[in-house]
Amino acid sequence: MSFTYAPALESRAVVDIAPSYGLFIDGEFTEATGGKVFKTVSPSSEEVLSEVAQGSAEDVDRAVKAARKAFEKWSALPGSERAKYLFRIARIIQERSRELAVLETLDNGKPIKETRDADLPLVAAHFFYYAGWADKLDHAGYGANPRPLGVAGQVIPWNFPLLMLAWKIAPALATGNTVVLKPAETTPLSALFFADICRQAGLPKGVVNIVTGDGTTGAALVAHEDVNKVAFTGSTAVGKAIARTVAGTDKKLTLELGGKGANIVFDDAPIDQAVEGIVQGIFFNQGQVCCAGSRLLVQESIQDELLDSLKRRLSTLRLGDPLDKNTDIGAINSAEQLARITELADSGEAEGAERWAPACELPSAGYWFAPTLFTNVTQAHRIAREEIFGPVLSVLSFRTPAEAVAKANNSQYGLSAGIWTEKGSRMLAVAGKLRAGVVWANTFNKFDPTSPFGGFKESGFGREGGRHGLEAYLDV
Amino acid sequence: MSDRLAVFKTYKLFVGGKFPRSESGRVYEVTDSKGNWLANAPQSSRKDARDAVVAARKAVGGWSGATAYNRGQVLYRVAEMLEGRRDQFVAEVADAEGLSKAKAAAQVDAAIDRWVWYAGWTDKIGQITGATNPVAGPYFNVSSTEPTGVVAVLAPQESSFLGLVSVIAPAIATGNTVVVVASEKAPLPALSLGEVLATSDLPGGVVNVLSGRTAEIAPSLAAHQDVNAIDLAGADAALATELEIAAADNLKRVLRPQAVDWAATPGTDRMTAFLETRTVWHPTGSLGAGGSSY
Amino acid sequence: MPTTVPAHGNDAAGRLKDLADVTASDSTLRRFLHGLPGVDAVGLEARAASLGTRSIKTTAKAYAIDLAISMIDLTTLEGADTPGKVRALAAKAVHPDPTDRTTPTTAAVCVYPDMVATAKAALKGTDVKVASVATAFPAGRAALPVKLADTRDAIAAGADEIDMVIDRGAFLAGRYMDVFEEIRTVRAECGDKARLKVIFETGELSTYDNIRRASWIGMLAGADFIKTSTGKVAVNATPANTLLMLEAVRDFRAQTGVQVGVKPAGGIRTTKDAIKFLVLVNETVGEEWLDNTWFRFGASSLLNDLLMQRQKLSTGRYSGPDYVTVD
Repeated sequence: MSFTYAPALESRAVVDIAPSYGLFIDGEFTEATGGKVFKTVSPSSEEVLSEVAQGSAEDVDRAVKAARKAFEKWSALPGSERAKYLFRIARIIQERSRELAVLETLDNGKPIKETRDADLPLVAAHFFYYAGWADKLDHAGYGANPRPLGVAGQVIPWNFPLLMLAWKIAPALATGNTVVLKPAETTPLSALFFADICRQAGLPKGVVNIVTGDGTTGAALVAHEDVNKVAFTGSTAVGKAIARTVAGTDKKLTLELGGKGANIVFDDAPIDQAVEGIVQGIFFNQGQVCCAGSRLLVQESIQDELLDSLKRRLSTLRLGDPLDKNTDIGAINSAEQLARITELADSGEAEGAERWAPACELPSAGYWFAPTLFTNVTQAHRIAREEIFGPVLSVLSFRTPAEAVAKANNSQYGLSAGIWTEKGSRMLAVAGKLRAGVVWANTFNKFDPTSPFGGFKESGFGREGGRHGLEAYLDV
Repeated sequence: MSDRLAVFKTYKLFVGGKFPRSESGRVYEVTDSKGNWLANAPQSSRKDARDAVVAARKAVGGWSGATAYNRGQVLYRVAEMLEGRRDQFVAEVADAEGLSKAKAAAQVDAAIDRWVWYAGWTDKIGQITGATNPVAGPYFNVSSTEPTGVVAVLAPQESSFLGLVSVIAPAIATGNTVVVVASEKAPLPALSLGEVLATSDLPGGVVNVLSGRTAEIAPSLAAHQDVNAIDLAGADAALATELEIAAADNLKRVLRPQAVDWAATPGTDRMTAFLETRTVWHPTGSLGAGGSSY
Repeated sequence: MPTTVPAHGNDAAGRLKDLADVTASDSTLRRFLHGLPGVDAVGLEARAASLGTRSIKTTAKAYAIDLAISMIDLTTLEGADTPGKVRALAAKAVHPDPTDRTTPTTAAVCVYPDMVATAKAALKGTDVKVASVATAFPAGRAALPVKLADTRDAIAAGADEIDMVIDRGAFLAGRYMDVFEEIRTVRAECGDKARLKVIFETGELSTYDNIRRASWIGMLAGADFIKTSTGKVAVNATPANTLLMLEAVRDFRAQTGVQVGVKPAGGIRTTKDAIKFLVLVNETVGEEWLDNTWFRFGASSLLNDLLMQRQKLSTGRYSGPDYVTVD
């Protein structure tokens, strides 16, 4: 006999997915002009979950017009009234959190453990936090009576669909803007369910508009001439294209893009917690996290010991059905993403790095990638420079704190970094030198609505979260 | 006395704390508002811009690592040095902008006072931009601001000195280093400012002054991968758009041109435009559980 | 990694000799203990909490319940203990659920030294061990000869296992060598007659760094088990301190090949709690610690909750306190 965990599946019955969804414009679900649709599948099984409208430039225009029309009244509402709408939304999200967690797990492929314990609590908290700002903007440090920008065009990624929606919509609405949001092509469902939450909250028509579609829909949105604010989270390549699109306009732009976070482990680190932090850093959400700690920089004197511990720990990761409450590693979001991870991992081997993965059976259907680590990686390898956006850790070593900082900063990106040391002065010295927007010391991948998040360098600009996050949506 | 022939000054660039001529050997004629010849200014090339970026990059570590108090003292020292050369700048600004002596003096005085204003900001801006954030967990969470790095600045075309100071001072107050392209038709006050900066304890490379054709120099700065940000104050709409597109290649922070009354007391936005917020998390833990009950 | 041997036995003694330089003097021991990796409290507790979210259902739950029952040191440590109370407890240890003879026995009963003879007699002919606390339990504030006499008496009365307490005062005063020597002396007293569990009273050591250091002192001194607590203080076994001790026995085995058991004691009252601890064992040190040679629960009321859950699993109905015995 052995202690084998029996399947512990979260029930799908709590969520009712319609066979098809239209666009949510001006408070109504409508078909796309031209009637084009696309399918959204469950990445863990390839089961088709629903058909979703492919928004065209005309649909984007309708949505922007609706948002423009709604802006006048919405921005004129007393902040305290806007606040109450947002508090309502936060509460309804809390009420429906299990349903939304299951939905998100189905559409995204991430484990229910994460949607239940991380995504959904953070989503509700984000609305709750920004709700409170709506009638306190005079005190936010941006001068008296700061004004909203107008219509915000927001394009979000598939890795945290509902959380990224919250990061975009909550501050926009709190500050009096109206929004047109385009969810990612592979994960549109939670945004469409959010439309229903807006209905339940009694949010005025046109304040939130959801236009589903692919990259062309997003491009039409950011290029629309009546959009005043563009907010994008996604790849650096697309971020640059958006920056070119808005050049020479008055549109305010914030970008939250890629990363290649260094997780630096010093010889005096709390090793067991560092191992957990490394795992959390790169295997949370299958590593499909812009701030992932995808480069492990370990002090050479403890490298072997740390890698032994890490490998032992990786062998206990449970990969499988994302709806199983004991699953640690879920499915990769799409076939396309899986191909990309596979290609980059293969390049690691081809360039001479040493590949290791625990014994791990992958399900036959769906998109899966075993947790993988590469040793003997150098700064010159592609897997040390390019964002993989998957469960692949590149291990590099360093000898001195100065070398650790130099290697950590040797990247076009500057989003996140980790430091593991029990020595306070070293932690502060290193944190002070890291060109990264978020530094986790003796922890990793922690998020909070009060904590500003965003990048240096090519990881983008602007901050989401906290008082700082208001600036992106105010005319200041 | 009146027969004495004046000694002309050769105006040179200010790069890395030194006063080179343009590597191209080119100069262009600078005239006053009536068209009278004032001087030949260096006509910087793209290579001059490249050299200036190298100098600015080299200066980032020392300047951003200096204490805010120290930076404040240096900026104040600039004001002191300018005060001593006030008459020279009044004359240069009057010539450059076609102003009466009184109006030019008002510009110079305001510019000196602007250095004082920003000198006082160096050790305060972090206190209004930073925060400790009350996260819902056992973590100490603090946001603080860091300079963006190397900032390319296109100085305003019309306000040759007050405008210039108003765009340089905020960028360096917070620890950035600057490559500034002087007003194209009125570069002399900017080039003279280099001489003041050189004697104000400002480390070489923190401010680098180029003169020449904005449209020639700016594109290489906007496209330069080792420039972190660009202030487009001195660009017209068409050039600004072109430069903003080029700046996207490495996602420079872009401050778009806007109508500014340079005489008015500035806000903090020219400082915050070139600051990055970094948030650090650290566990707080507890004092430990314990105690005995028997 | 060296081959594994149990802490109890001659092989282990040989292995520990390799670490003799660590315990050669007060200063070498201090340097070693202070050179152990630090523990980040928040990270440790977060890991323990995250393992606590494992969902153990159906067959896995049934397996875990029986395993947990078999790991219990069924304990009575009260001033009011009488022979009658101890005999009743012994009977319950052998037949935890009189209505279901498939129920496993507990690992041991745990009593004060003066009750060992009674317990031993009551358990004659069964596999249930008699564990005795000793060394001036629970405070441990007595002279060494008294502690040794306490231990000797318990062994003479037939104790199979000795649960000693360390000198927390000495530990907190930084006299690590005194703590080490005392454990070693008690260990020698146990000889090959009794397995030794070393209680740290983690609630009094207070910090996780201290608990890690105490774990190493105990293991270096030859403990068969390291045990969290007496059950007599405000904070007893917690998932976090037990996880930390599991990491310690894991690291000790990796370094020496000597396997040491872990016993959380005090405060574990429900099936849900017990299963969380088993998950900690499973995912930290694995299968090799998942039997009562290497993992124990120091508990009393836990047993009835496990029995009620066991009845629920076999009958499909929720049970109640009237359907388990109060002993």
